[in-house]
Amino acid sequence: MSTPEKTNPRSDPRWVRVALIAAALGVIGVLIVIPLVDVFVEAFGRGLGAYWQTLTGDADTQAAIRLTLTVAPIALALNLIFGIAAAWAISRFRFPGRTLLTALIDLPFSVSPVVAGLIFVLIFGLQGYLGPWLRAHDWRIIFATPGLVLATTFVTFPFIARELIPLMEAIGADEEIAAASLGASGWQLFRRVTLPNIKWGLVYGIILCNARAMGEFGAVYVVSGHITGRTDTMPLRVEKLFQEYNTPGAFAVASLLASLALVTLAVKTALEWKTRRDLAEAARLRSEGDAA
Amino acid sequence: MSITVKQVSKSFGSFRALEHVSVEVAGGSLVALLGPSGSGKTTLLRIIAGLEVADSGTVLYEDEDVTDAAVKDRNVGFVFQHYALFRHMTVFENVAFGLRVRRWPRKRVKERVGELLRLIQLDALAGSYPSQLSGGQRQRVALARALAPEPKVLLLDEPFGALDAKVRQELRQWLRRLHDEIHVTSVFVTHDQEEAFEVADRVVIMNHGHVEQTGTPREIFERPANPFVMDFLGNVNVFHGHVVRGRMKAGSLEVDYPAHPHDEPRPATAFVRSHELDILRTPNGRSSLEGKIMHLSPAGPVVKARVFAADFGIVLNVDVPRDRYAELGLEVGDTVYVAPRDVRVYLQDYII
Repeated sequence: MSTPEKTNPRSDPRWVRVALIAAALGVIGVLIVIPLVDVFVEAFGRGLGAYWQTLTGDADTQAAIRLTLTVAPIALALNLIFGIAAAWAISRFRFPGRTLLTALIDLPFSVSPVVAGLIFVLIFGLQGYLGPWLRAHDWRIIFATPGLVLATTFVTFPFIARELIPLMEAIGADEEIAAASLGASGWQLFRRVTLPNIKWGLVYGIILCNARAMGEFGAVYVVSGHITGRTDTMPLRVEKLFQEYNTPGAFAVASLLASLALVTLAVKTALEWKTRRDLAEAARLRSEGDAA
Repeated sequence: MSITVKQVSKSFGSFRALEHVSVEVAGGSLVALLGPSGSGKTTLLRIIAGLEVADSGTVLYEDEDVTDAAVKDRNVGFVFQHYALFRHMTVFENVAFGLRVRRWPRKRVKERVGELLRLIQLDALAGSYPSQLSGGQRQRVALARALAPEPKVLLLDEPFGALDAKVRQELRQWLRRLHDEIHVTSVFVTHDQEEAFEVADRVVIMNHGHVEQTGTPREIFERPANPFVMDFLGNVNVFHGHVVRGRMKAGSLEVDYPAHPHDEPRPATAFVRSHELDILRTPNGRSSLEGKIMHLSPAGPVVKARVFAADFGIVLNVDVPRDRYAELGLEVGDTVYVAPRDVRVYLQDYII
């Protein structure tokens, strides 16, 4: 055949490709790029000075920022401990209920955050199971910082464990067994062998967990009780400012959360690339080891 | 440092990996645990190391009962089949690991690691990472790492299993020389009988969680204890027949078997190694089997002939020395007579 125009038999016709690419770009533009740009345009529309004034001039906004910077790190620390423990248990031991535990770790992803918040109200609220006892001891959990920490921890619970389990399973226990045979204690083995092997996956989990912890709205909304200046986190503050027709204030705080998202995305992309490389390296070392 | 394993049993679910296994390893010796896969050899090694816990029985290092001691307290060097090097550490740090966790002073660590890297001839690669090394180099690093803390016992799990044939050959000779230098009590697991015979002082042959035979390579080769060992060592022809009144008969093959002088016949199996068969042009007075040459493989130190013996309906493998092959001028299709020089007969109470 002597057609003048060469067509690649493995690819779709040109118009199909153009249409698909245009559709994808269109959706991303309308749903992601334009809103994101708009947040910054609205926030900075009246100039940097006004922006700074909006953020620093309002005591309640300041309180919201401080509260988020308190709640998120605590939730993160709790999930760090839990995530490593769970990943270790699931990837290194075979025990009854292991599959169930693996499934339960995912639960916060599938439960609506509002439901999660309600569960805590039901347990710790005044009318809840532990309410009278907590009240008798003068402990406030719901409508106070501990409730926010609990709700945030619950919602962000899977991020670190989910990141570590596949990584630790891919790496295997061989190096840890070798370390034990060389006389390492459990802690030495973890710090010198396991941790360096999982560190990038761990950082990745921390970044995602932190982004979600700072941005969490639903569960926190239910347990916070909306006490301005006391239990409003940044996302709650954005909503409240918006409801009060304080658009510049709402967008100024929103721009902070959006910036956090952008930084997270950048770090996440860099780490994904690194983790993929580590996984490929683990797979390569294994397959070379197996090749007889 | 001698190792004594007494009556050790171990099951994984319903699978009985070891049943009342007892093994003695003399101090300073190099012992091979040899057997097919699933024979329990690796499980036994891991129990000696403390990586696996025996269901019953005891393990002694010299006179010390270590059955319940954790691996980290046993002071053993363990070399893993897949190296298990620490991927994020350099060669130097890998070898230094056992010393660092024991809190050796920095200076002594440096000396000891340097000494070992010279021993494995990898001092030039001290700063490399495991991913930059070849398989043979990695295995040597794994060995140096295991030896660094001056273990009482060195245990190796299929140490050369993942290497190609040539590297394997070199490394096992190197291991033997190394052992002659440092004399640490060593046990290694292998499924390769050639490897076990070439390297070890003593060989323990295992099958289905039992020890079949223990001895020097020569003892085992010359006096296999039972049909399993005979068969496992390979290069053997098997004849089924029976013994009666002190004679073993299998078709036209007849040999003495004085251990069974009774009238009542019993099924028996005769084993003849392929190098213990002679090929003749004419039948001799001794018992010889008629056969037809089906295939000749003259590329090697001996000529391997495959001879079909119609009487038995089996194909015999015969190793013919090269000069004998030239003298007889053998060709495929020739009718020849095969005469055994040495026959081992085992009564068939034993199922392979």
